Amino acid sequence: MVKLTIDGTEIEVDTGSTVIQAAEQAGIEIPRFCYHERLSIAGNCRMCLVEMEKAPKLVASCAMPASEGMVIHTNSEKVKKAREGVMEFLLINHPLDCPVCDQGGECDLQDQSVAYGGGSKRTTEERRIVSEKFMGPLIKTTMTRCIHCTRCVRFADEIAGVPELGAIGRGEGMQITTYNEKEFKSEMSGNIVDLCPVGALTSRPYAFKARPWELTSTETIDIHDALGANIRADARGREVMRILPRLNDDINSEWIDDKSRHAVDGLTKNRLDRPYARIKGKLTEVTWQQAFDIIAAKIKKTDGSKIAALTGDLNDAESMYALKKLIASLGSDKIECRQDGSAVESSSRVSYLFNSAISGVDETDAVLLIGSDLRREAAVLNSRLRQNSVNRRMNIAYMGPKIDLTYRVTELGDDAHILQDILEGKHEFSKVLKKAEKPMLILGRSALSRSDGGAILKLAHDIADKYGFILEDWNGFNVLHTAAARVGGLDLDLTVSGGIESIFAGVKKGDIEIVFNMGADETDLSALSGAFVIYQGSHGDEGVRYADVILPGTAYTEKSGLYVNIEGRVQRAERSIFGPGDAREDWTILRALSDALGKTLEFDTLGELRAALYKEYPAFAALDELPSEKWCDFGVNAALLKEGFILPITDFYQTSPIARASSVMQECSGIMYDSPLKEEAAHG
Amino acid sequence: MLADKDRIFTNLYGFEGTDLKSSKKRGDWKNTKKLLENGKDWIVDEMKTSGLRGRGGAGFPTGLKWSFMPKESDGRPSYLVVNADEGEPGTCKDREIMRHDPHKLVEGCLIAGFAMNAIAAYIYIRGEFAEEAKVMQAAIDEAYKAGLIGKDSCGTGYNFDIYIHRGAGAYICGEETALIESIEGKKGQPRLKPPFPANVGVFGCPTTVNNVESIAVVPEVLRRGGSWFAALGRENNTGTKLFCISGHVNNPCNVEEEMGIPLKDLIEKHAGGVIGGWDNLLAIIPGGSSVHMIPKSICDTVLMDFDSLRAEGTGLGTAAVIVMDKSTDIVAAIARLSAFYKHESCGQCTPCREGTGWMWRMMERLVSGDAELEEVDMLLDVTKQIEGHTICALGDAAAWPIQGLLRHFRPEVERRIEEFKKSKLNVKLG
Repeated sequence: MVKLTIDGTEIEVDTGSTVIQAAEQAGIEIPRFCYHERLSIAGNCRMCLVEMEKAPKLVASCAMPASEGMVIHTNSEKVKKAREGVMEFLLINHPLDCPVCDQGGECDLQDQSVAYGGGSKRTTEERRIVSEKFMGPLIKTTMTRCIHCTRCVRFADEIAGVPELGAIGRGEGMQITTYNEKEFKSEMSGNIVDLCPVGALTSRPYAFKARPWELTSTETIDIHDALGANIRADARGREVMRILPRLNDDINSEWIDDKSRHAVDGLTKNRLDRPYARIKGKLTEVTWQQAFDIIAAKIKKTDGSKIAALTGDLNDAESMYALKKLIASLGSDKIECRQDGSAVESSSRVSYLFNSAISGVDETDAVLLIGSDLRREAAVLNSRLRQNSVNRRMNIAYMGPKIDLTYRVTELGDDAHILQDILEGKHEFSKVLKKAEKPMLILGRSALSRSDGGAILKLAHDIADKYGFILEDWNGFNVLHTAAARVGGLDLDLTVSGGIESIFAGVKKGDIEIVFNMGADETDLSALSGAFVIYQGSHGDEGVRYADVILPGTAYTEKSGLYVNIEGRVQRAERSIFGPGDAREDWTILRALSDALGKTLEFDTLGELRAALYKEYPAFAALDELPSEKWCDFGVNAALLKEGFILPITDFYQTSPIARASSVMQECSGIMYDSPLKEEAAHG
Repeated sequence: MLADKDRIFTNLYGFEGTDLKSSKKRGDWKNTKKLLENGKDWIVDEMKTSGLRGRGGAGFPTGLKWSFMPKESDGRPSYLVVNADEGEPGTCKDREIMRHDPHKLVEGCLIAGFAMNAIAAYIYIRGEFAEEAKVMQAAIDEAYKAGLIGKDSCGTGYNFDIYIHRGAGAYICGEETALIESIEGKKGQPRLKPPFPANVGVFGCPTTVNNVESIAVVPEVLRRGGSWFAALGRENNTGTKLFCISGHVNNPCNVEEEMGIPLKDLIEKHAGGVIGGWDNLLAIIPGGSSVHMIPKSICDTVLMDFDSLRAEGTGLGTAAVIVMDKSTDIVAAIARLSAFYKHESCGQCTPCREGTGWMWRMMERLVSGDAELEEVDMLLDVTKQIEGHTICALGDAAAWPIQGLLRHFRPEVERRIEEFKKSKLNVKLG
């Protein structure tokens, strides 16, 4: 700890803090443009100059380490004059186009020029004009506005790990651009728009759509992967205009990936906005009552044991619970949440959680990735691991087909048998694990969704046991899910033995006649064509192809619901807007249907539903808490397959009905993956 | 006037060869082993005694700078970097050293490197100095061959390598931290200090960056003793110095002289005097383009050393004396310098990136007088807004020539504005 005085206030800060951080702690604001807490220090904007006693010149407070006995003045005449000077320099070549700039209203330059700038302009010289740059389908550039803070460049280098941004030219001619003016190929590219303190980089899909003061913000949770990133949904009227990240150090710090941010236009496309029923082989619009009548007639004719249910990847816990209750009241216990055919079991929670917590990657010193394509399965987590791997030079090994994770990994090969070698201590990497203090393994979907998933689970369990993954305050056994609803589903015990395949087989054999599909769209459902399928969901996607009755549900921004992320942390998403047309919140549909079936569920409000849920599954009541689970035995002993891992996500931008409906995501998928669409988008 | 026996650079004009044999004849590489055997502390102390101040412009005591290097390695190696990116307009002394006396620099590198425990020296040579780089490389190759450097340098058991790194012609790469970035293969942009290079320098290792001249004089200073060097010149401004005299003189030249020689003597004795006589003198920039100019009244008496020039509000800089006689368009001359700084600003930090362009545009208008009188004060204000607010000293260097102009030649600037206004009025009336 060091003690220093800022503006007459004595303050004690951690050793290694900078003056700007110390001032922040003392509640003193120092204006800045280039400085950003999560990026390296550039010190180039010179806005944060302060006076330090005994120093001949003003010092950049962002770069000056706080030291014992320092005396800092942040508001002296000299400092004010310097700020005015820097402000004036920034503005002489910055266009006066605030009225047509998307950053207007939330622009650092605008705000700070009001607060710290001089009153008038003194220059009569012409302003600089800089050509626009192509940075991909998500980033709109107006480089004339750029103030060269290099936040975007540092983000690309340090956080995204895709060092394609940089500055060319020098002096006044310095320009920020991408390498060879190609798109910035990162799953995290949208974050540079947030980082840009001016309107040089703005969101291309959101361009000229809305002004910040027209928007109503709702703090909610993202559902495009299983991390549960904290987001803010900004809506105008009945449309979510944009998604922005919220700060949560435990989960996403302040980043989100491009899918979470930009799939938002998918919320308005391809929506199910009224009930449909298949009448004479053709899907026809019906009323809610007609739809319920058709379902009731079918169910009355069918034995309860012949009913099964599937839940999807985006469901909130409440609706899954309500569905479970509903089919239970009809006499069935066949409800399955593992659409991906994963071998995880719901019996012990420790076997399917990311036990080290996401922040665990900040502590670990050796990582074994087993068939987990972090970059596409959880991009934000991947960049967090990357930062640690670069800053702390830890050992990361990867098993699976060759991929680029944006950092260096030791490739162990694409064969599950390597796990056996590691377990038996025959493999090179076992030495690393033995030496590591806090080792961690991450089991990806590709490892668990194979027919030998249970055996791999068992091997991973044994490795964790043998190499000290399980300590008093550390559990390095991690499963990485890709679906936001998965952990919640497992917590609710939505599993049948044999998984989804057994339901398909049941349909084929005629043991199952009715399938209630709530939002399962990620797997080939053609096997259900023999059954009477009730589809409830928000988008017309894979699920509706085999549906006999369609009940329009709501998407994640249109309802309040609980989601459990990979760590087992329960978070509540909030409603930002109402669903389109006749779409209803999912639990209310189930409640109404139960009425129509004469098996009324025992809750009339969301509050009552949650109370019932908490009573039966107390884990859901622990909002925003990180669970700690007891280590136990799991997995099965079985032979391993000879084949390599098959990574589940081939197209990062097309992993959910919302993303598939989004034209922005389609464009991304075309451009970022080198398809013929690319040329068109680049010129269009 | 400096006695011939006290000259260090005895082949400054290239009358003799640059090869090892000729250099040895001039006294280079004499007793080098013995000098090294005296130990690191002795070398640093002797340099401190000599009072040698860095010859690159800032004038920081060289011995003191060396003593900042870590005595014990923390696992990282140390490096010596020689700044041969001589880009300061008017300066051409390092060029002559490398061209004609390369072995002085090679030997200096070895001794300086030894004193600071460095494993290698990087000589960063300005890109335009193609011939000089060739001569240097030849000298280094010779020294390697003769066992003077490399493994077991001079038979002392000390291993030391010298590498040449050629720049690409950016002025900013003469700034020590930008030079370090450039050696590392990055865009030449100055780094923030702290950390200083002695702590985190090239490749993240402790580094000392010295000017060519500072290093090249080291062997001779040590051979003759620090007190010999200290006896030359004035207190705190000791030794000999290479002066580069250019501009409106009869005989532009490089010359080694004692520190503290009167400016007038320097020009009259070595450069054949100002064209048209001393009275035809308008102003002199005494230390390379980055310092304030001084008018004739000051030139009459001022001494050429760090402290005397500083007292007159200017600086010795690189000791590049730019002489301007009365035929000079003084405003245009400074406007040209402004264009230079605008062109060479790296663009990293705001005041310099935006300010140098603004100043240059204003200066261009002042040349013809196409401005308002208030703009003169505004220009001065802008220079103050840049000065001291930037990461490196380029901002200051861009501000000072203009400040010097306005301090000493403001009436001329204002006259032009008024005249321009009048002429415009006449045009309108006509």
